Amino acid sequence: MSTTSNVHRLLENATFQRMAARKSRLSLFCTILMLIVYFGYIGIIAWAPQLFSTPVSPGETTTWGIYSGLFVILFSIAITGVYVHKANGEFDRLTREAISEIGEDLS
Amino acid sequence: MKKRTILLTPFFAAPTLAADAVSGAIEKQPINVAAIVMFFLFVAATLAITWWASKRSKTTHDFYTAGSGITGFQNGLAIAGDFMSAASFLGISAMVFTRGYDGLIYSIGFLVGWPIVLFLIAERLRNLGRFTFAEVTSYRFAQTPVRSFAATGTLIVVLLYLIAQVVGAGKLIQLLFGLNYHFAVFLVGTLMVLYVLFGGMLATTWVQIIKAVLLISGSTFMALMVLKSVGFSPQELFRRASEIHDTGSRIMAPGGLVSNPVDAISLGLALMFGTAGLPHILMRFFTVPDAREARKSVLVATGCIGYFYILTFVIGFGAIMLVTRDNPHFFHQVIHDGKSVIELIGGANMAAVHLADAVGGSVFLGFISAVAFATILAVVAGLTLSGASAVSHDLYASVLKKGEASQKEELRVSRATVLILGVLAIILGILFEHQNVAFMVGLAFAVAASANFPILLLAMYWEGLTTRGAVAGGWAGLLSAVVLILFGPTVWVAVLDHESALFPYKNPALFSMPLAFIVAWLVSKTDRCKRAGIDRDAFEAQYLRAMTGIGTKTGKS
Repeated sequence: MSTTSNVHRLLENATFQRMAARKSRLSLFCTILMLIVYFGYIGIIAWAPQLFSTPVSPGETTTWGIYSGLFVILFSIAITGVYVHKANGEFDRLTREAISEIGEDLS
Repeated sequence: MKKRTILLTPFFAAPTLAADAVSGAIEKQPINVAAIVMFFLFVAATLAITWWASKRSKTTHDFYTAGSGITGFQNGLAIAGDFMSAASFLGISAMVFTRGYDGLIYSIGFLVGWPIVLFLIAERLRNLGRFTFAEVTSYRFAQTPVRSFAATGTLIVVLLYLIAQVVGAGKLIQLLFGLNYHFAVFLVGTLMVLYVLFGGMLATTWVQIIKAVLLISGSTFMALMVLKSVGFSPQELFRRASEIHDTGSRIMAPGGLVSNPVDAISLGLALMFGTAGLPHILMRFFTVPDAREARKSVLVATGCIGYFYILTFVIGFGAIMLVTRDNPHFFHQVIHDGKSVIELIGGANMAAVHLADAVGGSVFLGFISAVAFATILAVVAGLTLSGASAVSHDLYASVLKKGEASQKEELRVSRATVLILGVLAIILGILFEHQNVAFMVGLAFAVAASANFPILLLAMYWEGLTTRGAVAGGWAGLLSAVVLILFGPTVWVAVLDHESALFPYKNPALFSMPLAFIVAWLVSKTDRCKRAGIDRDAFEAQYLRAMTGIGTKTGKS
């Protein structure tokens, strides 16, 4: 780690702050969304399992439970993809910009 | 004929819940030649890789993390290989086979921790640490107390998990290959030591990658053959399966598996946050060069694991449809307590294995058996390396030698620990042969969620955490998880044969995890000692490095 003044200059840099705020917001938002989806799913199984035993249309075998379970799996993969796309693209770019703005070699 | 009880829970404990799905009397199978040939091919290939890797493992950095030279994609596969155990393959498909929908609930629980690992843990962990998660937990704190706690958390999780895997492995191998239990345990212990001792993380990673590819391609083939037999219509699969199954269309909906809401939520918490506190999984993030690759590896792992669980669901339903009672190849009549019953040959866990026979004949059956064995080896190798790093890097080099140990000394301790862990795994595997070990994986997840995860999270995110707070909160979570499981139905009643449990729930995470957070917060808030000031002041620099990765390559370990 470089000198303390460099740490402060990066911490006070507007681009860095923008990146940090966006990243924190996104990871908080994604975490809460994931908790809602999963514990919503478990909650239905615990308190209202009959919702999941209903067939999607009369006379069919496939139930809402099957679709909901599949949804939780695909949602987990999709939200992971969205976060990686944002973090590896936009946020990493902003970080590089912030470092070059201070114009010091911090590594 | 010799009979034994097998309990191969899908990966974690809820033994009484899962008992009918994953237990049952088993007998030693006749020796399966195709399986043994393929198994030896796998062993030969992995030993060749170990030999290749041994020439590239010189420094501690090579040994613990393969020199951080693994790509995100490779690491994603290796994480999947580290995480998907034989029990989750055979156990979950068996559970779908016997209970239908309930198997899906289990597999979803294993998957949903991964997005959380990505959003909260992976990036900061990679930026702050080099070899072990204990380094990250103790980054800005007094090393001795915090590292000792984190290393203890690591060792408890690793040992519990290892015993459960080795015992399950012994029984599985006996079942699949017709080999003697003791010989099977010895074989697993020896191979795992060889991989880790000589090949370090590089060999371990490749064993895990190969296993993941074999497991996913084998399962894909099985699922495709199942779908082909119903004209690629899942509707038709479900319709036929519910016509055949004893409980009819009830297999299409949640059954009695999750009946108690408190236990359901508590189990959900343990699975979700336990994944984010498993030391052998967290260690994998140090094998990639930077945070960018670490994130990519979670995406690949989540995709593989999610896809794999969809396959196990199809495989379970396929087994209902194709592994039928009227076929003497799969079912036979046995006498249980004087009553004659029709039973799946080899017990419920064999559903996927019989299905392999049904869709691909004896050669494919051999392939799937060999894959199941490869699966065990990949998981135990990862566990061993993680346990060894906790002893050599955290306890020996940091706590005992105060960071003054040379690489050579540290490596020597690490290799000695690998050997000890191997011997220990064999001895414990033999001692626990007839014990119900299913609770151990549940306990491992509970400890990971209640001790490792809360303190790691607070250390990375909360400026106010102090050395005392981290240690008090961590031990509170660890001890409460252990005590509540011991006094709960899974151990107090099922293992120790008491009338009723002192603690009514099987899963303690709903209580022990918040306890860790509350104690850590309370103790940190009231901490007025000099060290607390240093801890809080160091947050800013830690935050900067966690967010940017600056200093990761040259910084302290």
